[in-house]
Amino acid sequence: MELSTVWFCLIAVLWMGYFVLEGFDFGVGMLLPVLARDERERRVLINTIGPVWDGNEVWVITAGGATFAAFPEWYATLFSGFYLPLLFILLALIVRGVAFEFRHQRPGITWAGWWDRAVIVGSFVPALLWGVAFANLVRGVPIDADKNYTGSLWTLLNPVGLLGGLMTLTLFITHGAMFVALKTDGDIRHRARALAVRVGAVAAVLAVAFLVWAQLHTGNAGSFVLFAVAAVSLLAGLFAALKGREGWAFLGTFVTIALAVAGLFVALFPDVMPSTTEGGVTLTTTNASATHYTLTVMTIIAAIFTPAVLAYQAWTYWVFRKRIAVHHIPTEELEQEGDRADIGVEPDPGHVIS
Amino acid sequence: MHDILDIARWQFGIVTIYHFFFVPLTIGLSLIIAMMETIWLVTKTQEWLRLTKFFAKLFLINIAMGVVTGIVQEFQFGMNWSDYSRFVGDIFGAPLAVEALLAFFLESTFIGLWIFGWDKLPRWMHVGCLWIVHLGTLFSSWFILAANSWMQHPVGYSYNKATGRAELNDFWAVMFNKVQLGAFPHVIAAAYMTGAAFVIGVSAWLYVRKQADRGLYRQGMRLGAWVLALSGIVVVISGDVQGKIMTDVQPMKMAAAEALWTTSDTHAPFSLFTIGTRDGQHKKWALEVPGLLSFLATGHFDQKVQGIDDLRAEYKQEYGSDPGAEYYAPGDYTPIIPVTYWSFRWMMGLGAVGAVIAFLLLWLTRKGRAPTGRWFSWAAILSPIFVLLANSVGWLFTEMGRQPWVVFGLMTTRNAVSPGVSTTDAWISIIALCLIYAVLAVVELWLLVLFIKKGADAFVEPPDPRWRDHDEDPDRPLTFAY
Repeated sequence: MELSTVWFCLIAVLWMGYFVLEGFDFGVGMLLPVLARDERERRVLINTIGPVWDGNEVWVITAGGATFAAFPEWYATLFSGFYLPLLFILLALIVRGVAFEFRHQRPGITWAGWWDRAVIVGSFVPALLWGVAFANLVRGVPIDADKNYTGSLWTLLNPVGLLGGLMTLTLFITHGAMFVALKTDGDIRHRARALAVRVGAVAAVLAVAFLVWAQLHTGNAGSFVLFAVAAVSLLAGLFAALKGREGWAFLGTFVTIALAVAGLFVALFPDVMPSTTEGGVTLTTTNASATHYTLTVMTIIAAIFTPAVLAYQAWTYWVFRKRIAVHHIPTEELEQEGDRADIGVEPDPGHVIS
Repeated sequence: MHDILDIARWQFGIVTIYHFFFVPLTIGLSLIIAMMETIWLVTKTQEWLRLTKFFAKLFLINIAMGVVTGIVQEFQFGMNWSDYSRFVGDIFGAPLAVEALLAFFLESTFIGLWIFGWDKLPRWMHVGCLWIVHLGTLFSSWFILAANSWMQHPVGYSYNKATGRAELNDFWAVMFNKVQLGAFPHVIAAAYMTGAAFVIGVSAWLYVRKQADRGLYRQGMRLGAWVLALSGIVVVISGDVQGKIMTDVQPMKMAAAEALWTTSDTHAPFSLFTIGTRDGQHKKWALEVPGLLSFLATGHFDQKVQGIDDLRAEYKQEYGSDPGAEYYAPGDYTPIIPVTYWSFRWMMGLGAVGAVIAFLLLWLTRKGRAPTGRWFSWAAILSPIFVLLANSVGWLFTEMGRQPWVVFGLMTTRNAVSPGVSTTDAWISIIALCLIYAVLAVVELWLLVLFIKKGADAFVEPPDPRWRDHDEDPDRPLTFAY
């Protein structure tokens, strides 16, 4: 296999990793106002992703860096072309990232409330816009003969782009709810599972619509199989959630997201950024790639270090494998300084039942 | 500013300097806090754990800002500088990708383990996580400085006319660029200085004000002062080495650092301070040290140092046309002299004062004594501010001194910007980022002041989870939670 093809696959894997991991922590962020009924439940939600969200986010930084290194032309055209959506994603990731760290620094519901808004908006915007960006990548965008994007923000907000955005949005909410059901205990666990099924049904409709479009637009046999398995595993995941099998349910949305992304890359191959402009340049794995020498160096480094990264990230999830319930949230400082009525210090009977 | 070039340059300068407030603090504090926790584990002295936890709180507020402002850095190469990315991606992209794979995963994963792991990991493993985070910051610095050093002194590449880009042919040459070998110890030691100065400033402030905990803050102060003093020495030595490498590979930058227009005779003087015209062309009065510029540039007090005018003529000969096209007007090849002249002096001056404070502090606190006047805490709190600003102006000098090149000798900055990005979009970007950064700076400083004023919490014995039996009480609240 050509090294540029190997790197196309590796970048696909990085995006798969990014979406399956940060997908659920975007979902948890957006579910903050929906699933949590009081301050302690909000803290339960945030603490399910507390130790891992930062590591999850590094997947996108690595995907960006790998694209820069392996396909400089793709990186240059994509990042300068999708300028405003990427800027909005950056701003969202900034406020979201600091919000996790800042929200627990002061007692009181007002302070926490502001950072909750930052988490919610900061999770919503990228969950929507990554879908818009990927849908347009597959659909094709206007690129001129100098490999520069010639559209605007509005070019990207076409029906297909929006459908893609709504798909990732609802899939990530479902995925997040599945994660909460898997990682919490008590009443919130059951509410999360119920919500996952309801949002999941909507996500399934949007996902099927989008994937059918993608298949008809540029699909091949490989992408068809991947899309089909993705759809089946979403339905299987929802069924498992109905049956109360949270591990299997989470695995379902996990596989769905991974395979849907894989299918989109397979459908795109060998293009990386098709042009819709007459006489424009379609970027491919060949004309956008770095030199053979650079790809060789990168391949050796990736082969050595990727297994280590996977191992220690997996280990973190194992260290923090325990479910979190409201009674696990330390309350001393809140009770001292905060407003008792606001923070819901009443013990939650839910955890006894489960 | 109606030109995308100006907007993109201002944005790069602003967000990079802002990002680099948090970077040296993170590198330096991760080292010092890991030292504190290790000393606690070894000596079992309660004070060291209290210091660990106290500085951890301040450290985590910083690290959050460093992480989120770092993503902007990686994205903006593609967003604002797409022609640069196309031209250098084959070389410059690799260290960035490797930095993410080797360093960012390490840092982000193990900082999560360290923050939340008090009741999950055995103690030695817990402190090990922080040492790994620190190692991650060093890896990260190595790769990003290799990338930057390549821009100062391109090596291990060839220019491909057919593709119109620079292409990598020797990865190790890029990783062990001689500019890099000078820059890495300099930047890392400066980061240690920054972390140490922060610990000194905060500890001294509390030392004067919290009488009950004098012993505690004295320990913090002394540790910080030792780290600051030692790393200060490394900064001076590595900076001296760097100056000579710079004279070799970027003589214009050295000439610009002194505003030396005409090539000197022997014993070129170094001016500590000059009053002159605004363009730096003519001096009216200067305080000069004879022979010092010759020494900084060459290692000998009696050597010649090339001046700007000669170098400009030389550069015109050599780079009459660079791979790309005809970019410059006559008179270019010269950075903005007042900026390079003063940033060079401020870097050294502020850094030196910051380091001198450390030596003074070690002297003042020798054998159990220590001053308790308010003047003392005010003097100490200046130390982190000086050192932090020395970092900023140091980078300002390095990057402004390379202009008009973005990659020395290969590509000018003018040619590096994204041709397809509209000025409106670029304006939206710079304004949005500045606004959000300004708000976060206020929040961050306010939180820091709040926690510093509060001081260290009382000692609480942390849980001691052995490897297997830490699930004894499944209902126990988490030791740390967001």
